[in-house]
Amino acid sequence: MGIEIRGVSKNFGDFVALQDIDLSIPSGQLTALLGPSGGGKSTLLRIIAGLESSDSGTIEIEGLDATGLPAQKRNVGFVFQHYAAFKHMTVAKNVAFGLEIRKKPKDEVKRRVAELLELVHLEQFSHRLPSQLSGGQRQRMALARALAIEPSVLLLDEPFGALDAKVRKELREWLRRLHDEVHVTTVFVTHDQEEALEVSDSLVVINDGRIEQIGTPDDLYDRPASEFVLSFLGPVTRLGDHLIRPHDIDITRYEHAATASGIITRWTRVGFEIRLEITPDDALHPEPVQVIVTRTEATALQLHEGDRVWLRPRAGAESVAQGV
Amino acid sequence: MTVDTPLAPGTARRRRARSTTSLTRSSGLGLGVALTWFSLLVLIPLALVVIQSIDGGWETFRQTLTNPQTAAALRLTVTQALVVTAINVVMGTLIAWVLVRDDFPGKRLLEVVIDIPFALPTIVAGLVLLSLYGPDSPLGVNVANTERSVFLALLFVTLPFVVRTVQPVLMELDRDVEEAAASLGASRFTTLRRIILPSLAPAITAGAALSFARGISEYGSLVLLSGNLPLKTEVASVRILTYIENGNEAAAASVATILLLVALAAIVLLQVLSSWVARRG
Amino acid sequence: MASRRAQPRTAGTYGRRALVIGYLFLLVIWPVALVVQKTFEGGLDNLRTALTDPVVTDALQLTVVVALWAVAINTVFGVGISLLLVRYEFPGRRVLSALIDLPLSVSPVVVGLALLLAYGGTNGTFGPALEDAGLQIAFATPGIVMATAFVSLPLVIREVVPVLHEIGTEQEQAAKSLGAGAWQTFRRITLPSIKWALVYGVVLSLARSLGEFGAVKIISGNVAQQTQTATLVVEQKYQDFEQGSAYATSFLLALIAVAALVVVTILRPKDDPDGD
Repeated sequence: MGIEIRGVSKNFGDFVALQDIDLSIPSGQLTALLGPSGGGKSTLLRIIAGLESSDSGTIEIEGLDATGLPAQKRNVGFVFQHYAAFKHMTVAKNVAFGLEIRKKPKDEVKRRVAELLELVHLEQFSHRLPSQLSGGQRQRMALARALAIEPSVLLLDEPFGALDAKVRKELREWLRRLHDEVHVTTVFVTHDQEEALEVSDSLVVINDGRIEQIGTPDDLYDRPASEFVLSFLGPVTRLGDHLIRPHDIDITRYEHAATASGIITRWTRVGFEIRLEITPDDALHPEPVQVIVTRTEATALQLHEGDRVWLRPRAGAESVAQGV
Repeated sequence: MTVDTPLAPGTARRRRARSTTSLTRSSGLGLGVALTWFSLLVLIPLALVVIQSIDGGWETFRQTLTNPQTAAALRLTVTQALVVTAINVVMGTLIAWVLVRDDFPGKRLLEVVIDIPFALPTIVAGLVLLSLYGPDSPLGVNVANTERSVFLALLFVTLPFVVRTVQPVLMELDRDVEEAAASLGASRFTTLRRIILPSLAPAITAGAALSFARGISEYGSLVLLSGNLPLKTEVASVRILTYIENGNEAAAASVATILLLVALAAIVLLQVLSSWVARRG
Repeated sequence: MASRRAQPRTAGTYGRRALVIGYLFLLVIWPVALVVQKTFEGGLDNLRTALTDPVVTDALQLTVVVALWAVAINTVFGVGISLLLVRYEFPGRRVLSALIDLPLSVSPVVVGLALLLAYGGTNGTFGPALEDAGLQIAFATPGIVMATAFVSLPLVIREVVPVLHEIGTEQEQAAKSLGAGAWQTFRRITLPSIKWALVYGVVLSLARSLGEFGAVKIISGNVAQQTQTATLVVEQKYQDFEQGSAYATSFLLALIAVAALVVVTILRPKDDPDGD
């Protein structure tokens, strides 16, 4: 069950947004569609919602063929990046909207709205207008509104993109906890890999209209299938003929089965991290190697700018051969 | 007016997903109905005017336009409209400037005053001007039945156009740019000339086009004020009316077509301008 | 966004202010005040004479009826066309948008001529056929309604279109995703969002419709108490040397126009309190 996407393609004029996408989104889980801007993830989400139509392919939502259905009939909850709040209605009326359209009896509507506002901690704002709420509050309202109709799937399009960093982090955790309570099949789109890694049960990396890799956050981070996934999910640097994470490089003050050797040409401290740039002697490395160590490690090794060091991958570190 | 953004340059545009869709069956039907009404009301009747003017052949057309009375009327109409437009360009911009950049008690009242010529029935406008500039003038100024009256009436009815196109643009102008210019040593006048006026130019031109189009079309305010004296104070629209009353529809259509062509040119100019500005963004 | 920093007051500021106020005073304020004055010269006599004259009252009634019809037609047509122009993509959209502005630049006399050529009873293109079918347009009320609708056609559209652009489609999409159909979305979401722009456009339309003169003069036949509107009555009375009634009727028309303007200026919020 869940969401079955088969053979979906979409073009905007000459621009190919999606190419023959096949994807199964597991029921009851929180799946992230991750990728760079313009890669097609928002388009895919909107096609699932019925806000956009695909040029080919089928969409099945919880066993129901939704391909020809307009958005109104799909019973999906959609949350927009810029909230799409009904500006002229109060918070309570916003949340009640879907229920009123479905002609639910008034007391049921009232009860449900109160329930949801409590769930998202906006009870005391029920009579305010959206313009009187902060961005984070508006997004919570939007979520309550989408959940009110008891959707079979919940779709979020870069839901925290318009919020500032601190609020984003808070809401991210809050979304995860909400999902653990409510268990609706949820798909959300983001270009922030930290967000995707932190929140999702399963991760789909989309680039240039194609799926790069699907898996759990651990799968993708530790066993990236391609150079793109590796470099998108976290910092990369090149050591020898492999791409590797800067914190996965073992740095020593003596030669020991090293892959490369060089002088520390840059030493920057950011919080508890020390970011080093080592310029290797050999001709294999056109650019300096980035290495990240903790402050404690750096102190223990007595690393300073200008020191000679030897580099090799840490035991058990994953890396991708360059050119994959 | 276009379907694109208004004339204010640099108006912030959010990166939006495609916000238009192709026609559905019901909206297509709606479009059909709307187009039918629009054709029946506007397009077909206007087309008939053009057709009627060439129906009598080129000769009728040429003869009508070279008729001394008609030629004089057209000449008067166009020159007065041009003069009035020139004045509106200056005064309109000035008025917009004062409304946007200055503040004084009663400024809100002036906003209403500026819209009065647009909202007032034209015949009433004629009467209004007659009371101050006619035979009973408390100022002792009497322009009734003179060429000046045409000038005055046109000045009145075209007042709002440049003001209303320039005002929103002026409001959106980023003051930072002017301050940067000042910090770099530019005098107020240089800033005006090289920074402000160029950004206002499209809006001023748009207003001027509207003002000119309105000027050549004006009728009601001139009826009582100008006396419609042939060869002296008779404008093109009055000629058309005379031709109609005499049953000479072909001649009326000829003069009307000239006016239509000029109006069309004004609109095309506006369209071109606003898409040019929208592209410059 | 322009910041509202105060500009230093110089001699130039006062000079410009004086020039503008003086210009507007001599061109608009004083003349309008004089009309009011002339109307009330001799107390309420002019008004009374005018309002007890059946020619005038019939004309006022006709004007109001025609204006209401024209405004109603233009509002429905205007909102529909605005939605089509902003929310949909179709061949010729730009051309249509430009053509919509046409009525603003066409001389009212040309409008009258055009409608006469199309719907004139004797030698119009559609006129005779329609009249045989029982619908008289030229020299009757329908013609006056059409002429009035013609000249005020763009006014609602010009107000609504920018607002439709501004509010974007997100709210409408959200409504759709929550299950609302097209009509429900329009009624509950779109219409409330364009409310003020619509009101402004309707009021402008109304003022314009009440004041139309040239086009109506040609298409109506100007028959007193039958096809004569208030503006035509003003001309008639003035030419018949019944100045008092002319000024009184003008005053009434001007009053409605200015009242409409004032209402709209008050209604329109100076700065839009945007929720974003």
